[in-house]
Amino acid sequence: MIPAAFAYARPTTVEEALQAIADGGEDVKVMAGGQSLIPVMRLRMAAPETVVDLVSVSEMRGVRDDGDALVVGAMTTHHDVLVDPLIAEHAPLLVQATETVADRQVRARGTFGGALAHADPAGDLAAVALALDAEMVIAGSGGRRTVPAADFFVDYLTTCLEEGELLVEVRIPKLRGEWGVRYEKFNRVAQAWSIVAVAAAVRRENGHIAEARIGLTNMGSTPLRAQATEAALAGADASAAAIAAAAERAAEGTSPTSDLNAQADYREHLARVLTRRAVSAAAGL
Amino acid sequence: MSQITVRVDGVTYTDEVEPRTLLVHYLREQLGKVGTVVGCDTSNCGACTVHLDGAAVKSCTVLAVQADGSEVTTIEGLAAEDGTLHPVQKAFHEMHGLQCGFCTPGMIMASVDLLKENPHPSESEIREGIEGNLCRCTGYQNIVRAVRQAAGEMSAPETTGAQA
Ligand SMILES: Cc1cc2nc3c(=O)[nH]c(=O)nc-3n(C[C@H](O)[C@H](O)[C@H](O)COP(=O)(O)OP(=O)(O)OC[C@H]3O[C@@H](n4cnc5c(N)ncnc54)[C@H](O)[C@@H]3O)c2cc1C
Ligand code: FES
Ligand code: FES
Repeated sequence: MIPAAFAYARPTTVEEALQAIADGGEDVKVMAGGQSLIPVMRLRMAAPETVVDLVSVSEMRGVRDDGDALVVGAMTTHHDVLVDPLIAEHAPLLVQATETVADRQVRARGTFGGALAHADPAGDLAAVALALDAEMVIAGSGGRRTVPAADFFVDYLTTCLEEGELLVEVRIPKLRGEWGVRYEKFNRVAQAWSIVAVAAAVRRENGHIAEARIGLTNMGSTPLRAQATEAALAGADASAAAIAAAAERAAEGTSPTSDLNAQADYREHLARVLTRRAVSAAAGL
Repeated sequence: MSQITVRVDGVTYTDEVEPRTLLVHYLREQLGKVGTVVGCDTSNCGACTVHLDGAAVKSCTVLAVQADGSEVTTIEGLAAEDGTLHPVQKAFHEMHGLQCGFCTPGMIMASVDLLKENPHPSESEIREGIEGNLCRCTGYQNIVRAVRQAAGEMSAPETTGAQA
């Protein structure tokens, strides 16, 4: 119940944070909201030598409009995402998914960037970042680099972040045109993680579906796009029948695990059903 | 050790803490504020809920060092100085919103936070608002009733007071 002893640093800028990580010894962990890290440290599944707490790095917090994209600071809390007018206007899919994350106490501390860096396949925000073609801005000792969401998530709890690097902010392209969105999450009890969830954004044009983007939560060791369904929907009728047929292909190319919550084949079933529901809702049906 | 200065239930404390000390342990063991309890090992139960700079948080999932410079309100700081219960405390009492009482401090702190953001929650908004708090006794029914009653009382116009 009590974490192992560690040294604690609380930098106030990205520069200072990178320095603190470099100076922190062999095993350094950065802490964002601590809502995944502190539980893991309490269970002694992590026992870092140094914790670099990002809570006071104000340049990493908040949302700004950058023309074609929104830029969301990695330290923006789930609560702040939910009340942000720019996100409500330009990335409502993120709002819908964030509403389903944990509970109000955890949302008060947990952060958007922390959830992405944690890269739990059951986490709700990674599939949204993937569906919205978000880009991750990463700072390291050699400067900054930008990585598309599709390359950021590498494996179970693993991202492309190298040791000593920080996720600083996330660029979310604004959706242009007539888009509808829906996050459909299946879980069984309050504050629970997704057994499977589907993030859908659909652009309609003259009664047709011009483009669909579908992110899948917990259908493999990383978030995935339902590529076969996306391809089947491009140019399809915005009809219940066309959407149902396309959604049948939602589990193609996925590799869900079997665990206490669900067997793999049941997860595949859920992916199909939730994709049908999410796309139908996003298409306004 | 790190030095922290925290205002807890209206009193300012300056103390030495280990960085690994959880806020809930600081409150209970260093300040003797045992009204805030620990009910789990997994950040699920919400029994440890306090307000940190006005927002409900799980104090088992915050380090004491992170509260440096902050204002903390625990269940012990909710009643008025003369002992008059907060409307949410009173409603839990009147509506039988507790049995063993272990979840109650956290339930009340989460409910106060919810009502601050949403003074007129529907029943389902109440259930979602306290989803981070588990109760193993009541079945939640009377807890939800208590929050509804408190919401009504807190938004009712003042019936007493100097201005008539
Ligand atoms: C009871 C409970 C229920 C939950 N339910 C859900 C749920 O339903 N859906 C969901 O998606 N999530 C859920 N979560 C997790 C929640 O979303 C966390 O907020 C999130 O996973 C981690 O965010 P954090 O800011 O707390 O990160 P932390 O716990 O501080 O960090 C997590 C990891 O990411 C690393 N990290 C953090 N920020 C950065 C950065 N900027 N750069 C590099 N590395 C970084 C840390 O080193 C650490 O390894 C739940 C958590 C709890 C406690
Ligand atoms: S003690 Fe259970 S959530 Fe904090
Ligand atoms: S009253 Fe016993 S746990 Fe809620």
